[in-house]
Amino acid sequence: MGATILMPALSPTMTEGKLSRWLKKEGDAVKSGDVLAEIETDKATMEVEAVDEGTLTKILVPEGTEGVQVNVAIAELDGGNGSAAAPAGNAGTPPAEQGSKAAAVQQPESNATQHGGEIGKIAKGAEDYGQVSARGAERREGAAAEPKSTAQPEKDWGATKPTTVREALRDAMALEMRADKDVFLMGEEVAQYQGAYKISQGLLDEFGPKRVIDTPITEYGFTGMAVGAALTGLKPIVEFMTFNFSMQAIDHIINSAAKTLYMSGGQLGCPIVFRGPNGAAARVAAQHSQDFTSWYAHVPGLKVIAPWSAADAKGLLRAAIRDPNPIVFLENEILYGQSFECPVDEDFILPIGKAKVEREGTDVTIVAYSIMVGLAMQAAEELAKAGISAEVINLRTIRPLDIETVLASVRKTNRLVTVEEGWAFANVGGEVAMQVIENAFDHLDAPPARVAGADVPMPYAANLEKLALPTVAQVVEAVRKVTYK
Amino acid sequence: MALGTDSAAKRRNGRGKDSPPGAGHNQDILGKAYREMLLIRRFEEKAGQLYGMGLIGGFCHLYIGQEAVVVGMQMTLKEGDEVITSYRDHGHMLATGMEARGVMAELTGRIGGYSKGKGGSMHMFSREKGFYGGHGIVGAQVSLGIGLAFANWYREDGKVALAYFGEGASNQGQVYESFNLAALLKLPCVFIIENNRYGMGTSVERASASKDLSKNGAPWGIPGEQVNGMDVLAVKAAGERAVAHCRAGKGPYLLEMQTYRYRGHSMSDPAKYRTREEVQKMREQNDCIEMVRKLLLEGGTPEAELKAVDDEVKAIVQDSADFAQSSPEPDESELWTDVLVETR
Repeated sequence: MGATILMPALSPTMTEGKLSRWLKKEGDAVKSGDVLAEIETDKATMEVEAVDEGTLTKILVPEGTEGVQVNVAIAELDGGNGSAAAPAGNAGTPPAEQGSKAAAVQQPESNATQHGGEIGKIAKGAEDYGQVSARGAERREGAAAEPKSTAQPEKDWGATKPTTVREALRDAMALEMRADKDVFLMGEEVAQYQGAYKISQGLLDEFGPKRVIDTPITEYGFTGMAVGAALTGLKPIVEFMTFNFSMQAIDHIINSAAKTLYMSGGQLGCPIVFRGPNGAAARVAAQHSQDFTSWYAHVPGLKVIAPWSAADAKGLLRAAIRDPNPIVFLENEILYGQSFECPVDEDFILPIGKAKVEREGTDVTIVAYSIMVGLAMQAAEELAKAGISAEVINLRTIRPLDIETVLASVRKTNRLVTVEEGWAFANVGGEVAMQVIENAFDHLDAPPARVAGADVPMPYAANLEKLALPTVAQVVEAVRKVTYK
Repeated sequence: MALGTDSAAKRRNGRGKDSPPGAGHNQDILGKAYREMLLIRRFEEKAGQLYGMGLIGGFCHLYIGQEAVVVGMQMTLKEGDEVITSYRDHGHMLATGMEARGVMAELTGRIGGYSKGKGGSMHMFSREKGFYGGHGIVGAQVSLGIGLAFANWYREDGKVALAYFGEGASNQGQVYESFNLAALLKLPCVFIIENNRYGMGTSVERASASKDLSKNGAPWGIPGEQVNGMDVLAVKAAGERAVAHCRAGKGPYLLEMQTYRYRGHSMSDPAKYRTREEVQKMREQNDCIEMVRKLLLEGGTPEAELKAVDDEVKAIVQDSADFAQSSPEPDESELWTDVLVETR
């Protein structure tokens, strides 16, 4: 009786990883809890533990192999006597199920399930792995297929190279920290752990513990501390492991950071950046999946940025760090690993408050931000096949909103569809639509339409979660509705 | 300007053989404290009057009774050290050297106010004087305060930050998060609990399970002291220990100032939670200004000199009240300014 050990998924969004090292050789006896191998993803290095006892009979994937897909068999284990893996040895059992029994994750890839979240749980069901990875792959393909813009670039920054959003964010911080001693990064796991999502990789080594500061898991306190430091003129970057946890600190973001300049009659500015992943990740349920864009965009005294591409991320984060105002910089976990062409110019920077036409079109204007730009681009592709020419606008900055770019587009296409993950009630799309109605009502040939997240807390079940998030089909349908086609 | 000046100090130093050793120095400090405390008291009384006349709106939290705390602590600071507090902040502003005119005009919501009339009683700042507000959310200034200390730590400039908060705020979660952070990073921050016994209408006994608030930082190894906050010399002495500890890089320090506010929580306080006799007793037996006045007189300061101080302070306060009424309201265009720092 034997078991197949499968490449485990170490996080909800992981689809592949590098098998960096085997700690057991073929023929070694394995006890439950022994570390079998080390696996590296783009975020972290993890150990794979044996669940069952037995002998490692065959290593199927040699160490050093990159891009090993989740759920691929990596080794075989002989079940020994009365091993718990015994039933899993049935040849008819799908490998995915065996995998869940044969290997468990010892350490979390990301501790983002804060406040009672227990990462070990990711190892509990092979079905979950399968679906999570499938979904992650689906989303990735979607956005990866469309990073090419058909619209004219605003400024030619010359040569580009493929860059992940993760690298772009790190490079932006490193460049600004090199240029300005007053810039520092603080947050949970940003230093020694190299970032819960590996965004701050390498920064501790380069800048030292005084400028890359690990904080306790106390958002209210450390955010207040950062705001206080910013009031003296320092330029903190506060990383929230996810923006869900910024709720514990929202008092300092709104009451202390956003309002002090006004309340001091212009004396005391607050040059600070609050950044981290926002919106739905994958399969982390309601408390860890929410788009806070419209919350922050509501508040005067803040600037709110939601980048999509690597170029957005790099150019806008640099601009945010240099800006003398408090900035909420909303990233997206699923975009972190996606690769886009990004200018290599050392001085590359983007202006805050400027939207980008990602794709030109004539029949309808689709307005989106963050990960939904990728969805809108996919929808535009689908629509093109049906003979509908969609213009896609990437808002990039939500406050101040570049309504001029939207208006110019609507005046051309006469139709508007907005797309976002957030709930429809009082959302960004609602604001965009209202401003279009106020300023270009006569140009509209149909009422604007919104595609938004379902008006429910995010469910955990894979099928329900899928239903709660906007889809390409919904965008296509909304466009058909406003174009009467 | 008779007290607190070199000439006054010299005069008293040479006054007579029966002065105890060090009395001259003490007299000088007492003289300065007397003037500062009296300025705050007269200012707050005037603010109360203007409030009654409808010239000051909204919330107005008076500091009367607690003057020894800020005045004593301020004497321990060097130029550049930072101060931050809650919304009961007029005393702190005057103690840091901010102009009475600018503070009073802010209370009346005029352009001549420190925040051009846009902040009001609870929101004034002066980077020049190291005063970082003036914060209306209970406890928020404690986290912000360790941020000031963090900046000192980051810049290695040897400055110390004072974070004042009430015993009511001392129960806030973020206060303990701040204790932890400050102790962890060894931030130069003096936490000052102004225990005036009532968080709005709830007595400390009814709000805090901790009986000795000076020990609230103990789990993080933060040294703490209970101090008679009605005695300016005791405040100053404790403050010197605290500030020296911080300046030496030993991390934060906690002082529980046992004090008392004579007036209500704000102007609209019905004062049903304590007896008139209790307030009266404190005023008569423990008043910080009377205590110093007595010591000054006993130390030989002529009555006339104190009278001169009274007059000087009264004149400053009257001038501030006049200014606060004559300064115009902010121009309507001010509604739209200072929301963001213009970037181009």
